[in-house]
Amino acid sequence: MNLLLEYLGDPAHWTGADGLLRRIAEHLLYTAITLAIAALIAIPLGLWIGHTGRGRVVVVNIVNGVRSVPTLGLLFLAVLLLGPRLPGDIAFLAPSIFVLVVLAIPPLLAGAYAGVDEVDPQARDAARGMGMSPWQVLVRVEIPCALPLLFGGLRSAALQVVATATIAAAVSVGGLGRLLIDGQAVRDYGQMATGAVIVGVLALLVDALLALVQGLVVSPGLKPVPALRTRRPNAQHPEPAPQAG
Amino acid sequence: MITFTDVTKVYPDGTIAVGGLSLTAPTGRITVLVGPSGCGKTTSLRMINRMIEPTSGSIAIDGRDTATLNATELRRGIGYVIQSGGLFPHRTILDNIATVPLLLGWDKRRARATALDLLERMGLDPALARRYPNQLSGGQQQRVGVARALAADPPVMLMDEPFSAVDPQVRDQLQDEFLRLQAELGKTIVFVTHDIDEAVKLGDQIAVLRVGGTLAQLASPDRLLADPADDFVADFLGRDRGYRGLAFAPAPALPLRREPTVLLGSTADAARAAAAGETWLLVVDAAGAPVGWVEPDRLAGVVTASDLHRGGTVARVGGSLRAALDAALSAPSRRGVLVDESGRLAGTVRAHEVLEAIEREGPGGP
Repeated sequence: MNLLLEYLGDPAHWTGADGLLRRIAEHLLYTAITLAIAALIAIPLGLWIGHTGRGRVVVVNIVNGVRSVPTLGLLFLAVLLLGPRLPGDIAFLAPSIFVLVVLAIPPLLAGAYAGVDEVDPQARDAARGMGMSPWQVLVRVEIPCALPLLFGGLRSAALQVVATATIAAAVSVGGLGRLLIDGQAVRDYGQMATGAVIVGVLALLVDALLALVQGLVVSPGLKPVPALRTRRPNAQHPEPAPQAG
Repeated sequence: MITFTDVTKVYPDGTIAVGGLSLTAPTGRITVLVGPSGCGKTTSLRMINRMIEPTSGSIAIDGRDTATLNATELRRGIGYVIQSGGLFPHRTILDNIATVPLLLGWDKRRARATALDLLERMGLDPALARRYPNQLSGGQQQRVGVARALAADPPVMLMDEPFSAVDPQVRDQLQDEFLRLQAELGKTIVFVTHDIDEAVKLGDQIAVLRVGGTLAQLASPDRLLADPADDFVADFLGRDRGYRGLAFAPAPALPLRREPTVLLGSTADAARAAAAGETWLLVVDAAGAPVGWVEPDRLAGVVTASDLHRGGTVARVGGSLRAALDAALSAPSRRGVLVDESGRLAGTVRAHEVLEAIEREGPGGP
């Protein structure tokens, strides 16, 4: 704890070319790029599978398959295969992002798929029966109703990516992983502890931010029914009370 | 008018859902499709708005073959109500109702004004407009479902067991409101139910379907009860057909007797005097409406609401024979209470007098 506070208390650690602020910015940048790419791939795919009901097996296999892939091993493999074909820093950054994207796809895919798949079939039937085109059913009913689960997938992907983006440092790219790797190299436990704690705090902050966005975007009608559900008898249009006895 | 001409639906696995159905649902009337599960009633309904495409045969609305129309445009012109409402959980009640007008490109203000109007027309509190479906009771959701189907004022309505997911009491109320609304609107309605009592209550004509999707009988409710085409229809209609058939026979002039009454709140002595030795005495309120029976000999003090025997049903003068007979059978005094239009006591009638009227008129039983 003391080592951590000592490290954080030194202003020299915060600024400069390899200061904390820069590391945090790098880390967030990697996370953002990763999530954007993964979302572009996984969300349309998940929505499509949920909407058409075709290819459910794909979701199950991807989600289970990727879970068993060793992240670090995949990273070194990607560097070996991609590295020589790419110029400069990109040679190491691209494989890192690739690995993180692979990690982020399953929760996003599962969230998007499950979100659409679990839309009340009656609501979907009513939408079609009232004359919505398949596209309108998707955009006006299925996607809005899928948002809670979709956000669930996004938040879980974000947590994993923020935590795992530290491995980029293993192939000499930036991010908060640097504190762990560099700190270990010189046995600076304060630096290592700082890296770990900041990653944790960052993960919580990113999750809180996404929760906030979720609260703004998701319809109140999809939130759990509030406790006021107990019907107040309405004087003007009373529902018949259950008959006593 | 909706016309089925030799319509069949065969699924790829060979199941025949509908097997050569021909029938006409007249304009402005309620046609009920009823039958056991597997009789193809829902399939038949869903072929009208092409949610399911027929394998062969044709369905025409006012002479236009639906197969020649664009499916989504066809559906926008047909009201569609399904079992548990099928409301969109992410939209407010108002926006749910305004769905079809918005799809048709009405401007938002007009669509919402119409939706609000319908909300009130369905007997719902306008304060519900901003709520979401999960905040409403089942009965309220079902009303919203009907309002949503009516929003663009379609001439045709398809209703698939719209009242089956609510409890019996609410169902009864929804059915009454539905009939009242239909009397105003005069839509061409095709209504699916598995409940023969609902069919008899709501239908102007009833199509009884048998498993395999063939028509067993098409008739008005009273004809159906009086003269089932075969054993299947008779079985499906169930017991008490003769008695239920009386619901369609308007009561002829029944010999009304003057009934001694006592005002609620009168003394026991006044009640005993009015009863003049009879065991049961009818109690009325200040407006002259019957409220229940009392036994004057058991009274102490004044006649209060807790002394009342409320078992007797009340029939309207000019109502059905079934209601009059039931009033007589259910009254502890065996004197059936009849009231006038405004609910005031008109007189009483005995069961044998109702039966004599039935014998005289003859509802045309089998």
